[in-house]
Amino acid sequence: MTSGAARAAAVQFALYRRLLASSVIVSLLEPLLYLLGLGVGVGALVDRHPGSQVALGGLTYLAYVAPGLLVSTAMTLGALDSLWPVRGGLKWNRTYHAQVATPLDAGDIVGGHALFMTGRALISVGSVAVVLAFVDDTRTWGLIPAVAVAALVSLAFAMPCMAYAAATESETSFPAIQRFVIIPLFLFGGAFYPIGQLPVLVQWMARTFPLWHGVVVARAFTADHVEALATVAHLGYVAAWIVVGWLLARRSLHARLHQ
Amino acid sequence: MAAATDDLLIEARGLTKRFGEFEAVRGIDLAVHRGELFGFLGPNGAGKSSTMRMIAAVSPVSGGTLRIFGLDPRTHGPHIRGRLGVVPQLDTLDQELSVEENLRIYGRYFDLPRAECRRRTAELLEFARLSDRAGSVVDTLSGGMKRRLSIARSLINRPELLLLDEPTTGLDPQARHLLWDRLYRLKQEGVTQVLTTHYMDEAEQLCDRLVVIDEGRIVAEGSPRQLITQYSTREVLELRFPARDGSASTAELADQLGGVGSRQEALADRVLIYADDGEHALGEVHRRQLRPDSALVRRATLEDVFLQLTGRSLVD
Repeated sequence: MTSGAARAAAVQFALYRRLLASSVIVSLLEPLLYLLGLGVGVGALVDRHPGSQVALGGLTYLAYVAPGLLVSTAMTLGALDSLWPVRGGLKWNRTYHAQVATPLDAGDIVGGHALFMTGRALISVGSVAVVLAFVDDTRTWGLIPAVAVAALVSLAFAMPCMAYAAATESETSFPAIQRFVIIPLFLFGGAFYPIGQLPVLVQWMARTFPLWHGVVVARAFTADHVEALATVAHLGYVAAWIVVGWLLARRSLHARLHQ
Repeated sequence: MAAATDDLLIEARGLTKRFGEFEAVRGIDLAVHRGELFGFLGPNGAGKSSTMRMIAAVSPVSGGTLRIFGLDPRTHGPHIRGRLGVVPQLDTLDQELSVEENLRIYGRYFDLPRAECRRRTAELLEFARLSDRAGSVVDTLSGGMKRRLSIARSLINRPELLLLDEPTTGLDPQARHLLWDRLYRLKQEGVTQVLTTHYMDEAEQLCDRLVVIDEGRIVAEGSPRQLITQYSTREVLELRFPARDGSASTAELADQLGGVGSRQEALADRVLIYADDGEHALGEVHRRQLRPDSALVRRATLEDVFLQLTGRSLVD
């Protein structure tokens, strides 16, 4: 007997298998372009600046940015793949309607989506990590737990986005979420510089969302500066987003499918 | 007694469905037995789909009682759905996957072992006459093929009860006939079927028994033949008169036709005369010096019953 979530995810994995090669290339390309452009380009400037090593905790800029990129790539993936595709399951290809006509229920669909998003994040971010392992500045065993942290952050965005996509009547607000939440977090969420550089209000906004917490933990792993208590606290906060998002997603999807 | 209840697959009493203020289903009683092909006939918005969704254990019942396989869908939803096959009105196929993948993955939803999914997939491809398109992406299939795939998919769990919501809407005649043939074969194999339709010929061809549903209520129930006998005459005479304008002329015509047949109905383009002997009624029309452009005597159909019961305004 296979769990309902795994059975519900079968369709997404089948679709993903068809697109695997192109999907991995696309999700590799973007973070690698950022790494080259910022890590190497801006990095050359930053590393020449006296005191930069202190500000970045003894890391080169490339080593500083790499875990941030892993986690923010996972965030973008988790959020965007839980908006339009979830609408599609309800409205366009109606996969979810087909699924609740079988023994599966809304809880299984949410579980299946979580399972798929975890798998997808591990494959996409994992392949970026493989490339990082070939670069001197970023080669560390800490990349492995960093990928796991990135997958958690992906879920922490995927679950609330799924809840929102299932609850809302129209998808016109989705681009706004992308522009006014995801892109600002990408820029101001601690991936490219310590958020202490930012105005206090912006700092607190960054701390509200799970991205910064994940970036801090992933960077602690790759820099080998892990503090147990802080790690547990940060990951606990990320987990809270997953759990609350999961419950909300199940509730809104159930209401939508069982009218 | 146990055998009798076991034989009763659907039982509804005073079943209602409300969406906010709107009452889509207003207290219907139903009993569908094993092996039957049962139809819901009604205009759009009559409450057919709402009833089907309740029977499918997807939409919660608002009032009354409903038992499927003797079980309450409120408490046994997943179990009931495991024994049902559902062909929804709008296709829910995975458009970007192949025909074969659609069947296999749907089988997984029922927790069928992978090997069993593959075996049944091969069987059902044959049944739906899609074996040579097994590898095609669904998006590239014709409407008729997609419907056949929807039906094949709904059979993957070998359901005891198959629910079909307007299975042939939008199909061309060839595709409809092929589909009817498949449904008839399933009936011969003993699969109980419940279908909704607003095609009278479909109901007449396929259904052992049907209910006519209008504005959320059952307005008639019986076999197609019984309903025709009860609500219509044996034959119908259709007359077309040269175009004349104004309602005065229609009234005038009704006057002139007074007493011919047992009932008459003036439509926009023709007059229907319900009579047990259509030829005799036509003779009477001629005796009254009326000269229709065309006259047609035909057997009464379910359509006449339907129009009689639900009114002329067949609206969306």
